[in-house]
Amino acid sequence: MRLTREEKEMLEGGKGKGPALAMKVLTAIGEAFGAEKMVEISRAHVALSNQEADLWFVEKLVEGGAFCRVSPTVNPAYNLEYFKNATGVEPADEAILRRTRSAYKAIGATLTYNCTPYLEKNIPRPGEITAYSESSATPYINSVCGARTNRESAQSALCAAVTGRTPLYGFLLDENRRGTVLVEVEAKLTGDFDYQLLGYCVPKKTGPGVPVFTGIPRNVGPEALMNLGAQLNTAGAVAMYHIAGVTPEAPTVEAAFGGEKPGKVVTVADRDLKETLDTISAPKGRIEFAMFGCPHFTIAQVGEIVRLLQGRRLAVEIWVLTSSLTRRLAEDMGYLEVIESAGGHIVDGTCIDQPCWRRLYGKRGVTDSPKCAYYTRRRGMEFVIRSLPECIEAAVRGEVR
Amino acid sequence: MKRDIPAFSCRRIAGGRAEGEALFSGDDICFYLVEPETGKVIEKGHSLEGRSIAGRVLVFPGGKGSSVVQADGLYQLSMHGKAPAAMIIRHPDTVLVASAIIMEMPLVTGVEPLFYRQAGDGDRLEVDAENGKIKVVKKLREE
Repeated sequence: MRLTREEKEMLEGGKGKGPALAMKVLTAIGEAFGAEKMVEISRAHVALSNQEADLWFVEKLVEGGAFCRVSPTVNPAYNLEYFKNATGVEPADEAILRRTRSAYKAIGATLTYNCTPYLEKNIPRPGEITAYSESSATPYINSVCGARTNRESAQSALCAAVTGRTPLYGFLLDENRRGTVLVEVEAKLTGDFDYQLLGYCVPKKTGPGVPVFTGIPRNVGPEALMNLGAQLNTAGAVAMYHIAGVTPEAPTVEAAFGGEKPGKVVTVADRDLKETLDTISAPKGRIEFAMFGCPHFTIAQVGEIVRLLQGRRLAVEIWVLTSSLTRRLAEDMGYLEVIESAGGHIVDGTCIDQPCWRRLYGKRGVTDSPKCAYYTRRRGMEFVIRSLPECIEAAVRGEVR
Repeated sequence: MKRDIPAFSCRRIAGGRAEGEALFSGDDICFYLVEPETGKVIEKGHSLEGRSIAGRVLVFPGGKGSSVVQADGLYQLSMHGKAPAAMIIRHPDTVLVASAIIMEMPLVTGVEPLFYRQAGDGDRLEVDAENGKIKVVKKLREE
């Protein structure tokens, strides 16, 4: 790779061991993908995970004197203060979380603790070169915002934030952003939940590539697009998609394919969505809790819960995970009071895949998110997956019928 | 008979030198689904399910899994001394590449096709990522 004088200096340790390590990781990635040079990034998002490797690496960078040139927003771990009060937190878990928080603070991250940076706090313009990790974020940034990012790991995104650089390869280049597979959606998309199932079923049908969707309405909302990307990148490794007539690099189907013919054409019918749901959901029956906000719920989704509740009390606890801004809005708009008095929680800065949920391990809940069900499996949590209205009915009854 | 084969060329991704017994996988690997205490693959239906990757030179198509879990999987294996000695892959992805560099685990790609025809499970492989060479020492077979 051709490095500038400054990049070389960083790599050779002239700016300290931390930046040298970050540059070493990035040059290795660049060489692996045949990148000719580094480019500057304008934004980054790090999928902070509060796992041991996450903590070990960020502490290593900090000890080496690294400080972010481009301050990244970060994913949530969990809201320590809230859980200490609501459910209790094990001392060993608390110690790790405190270290994670201080390491990310020391490295100069913007501590949003939110997994939807593309909806608030870190929204790029079309064409910006960025480094976003977090499976719901990467496709949204590339596809909906029209900015450019590779499918970063938490660590590679952090290295990019530290150095302000990323190797020029992959989805940063025009030729790799073109569609490769046509996905004709014949299924009726009646609500945001259908986009979860659509996203989850597509990678298996298409194999690797950049899907181009037809049959998705022009006014599709941010929640539906958030769901679509999150599931595409959970069931597969889809960093980018196009929707003809909707996303910025796909004014038409032809434009999305860059004048080339699709390598493959698949269709998605109603029965595909139903079969997907049957495969990934636990069987209906009694549930002990409901979990929402993977990815973090928007204020519109919180409002929908309030409308669906219609003043009824919940039979089981519900957890609504959001950004701190959404929680604040929910408080101002009276939603928080409605949900809390029904027996539910709205908590900010918290992810479904964290040790704060120990008391739910081995239990069965209901959620509207396949991604939530997928990543909690190793914690022994089991989920019936349903649309939000069905989830709220289940939470009121204590049962999915 | 023990026999040596001339070294195969490869491309360095993460540097270093290591040797160990070859273990070939037809499937992509997510290191989060490998038991850290034993190095055993626990992913249901995986071609290596139940086999240990500890200390092996692991030959596989590529990595899979989210932006977070791959690094944690390799980290946990390293902490328990059950990590692979080196990794040889066909399709690099950003997540695995970053994880290997950080864990200082030799990782190479672009191995000449003949390697895949001549080397097999149980052969001793010497991976010199620095110089882009893999030496194969065929295992002793009982005639």
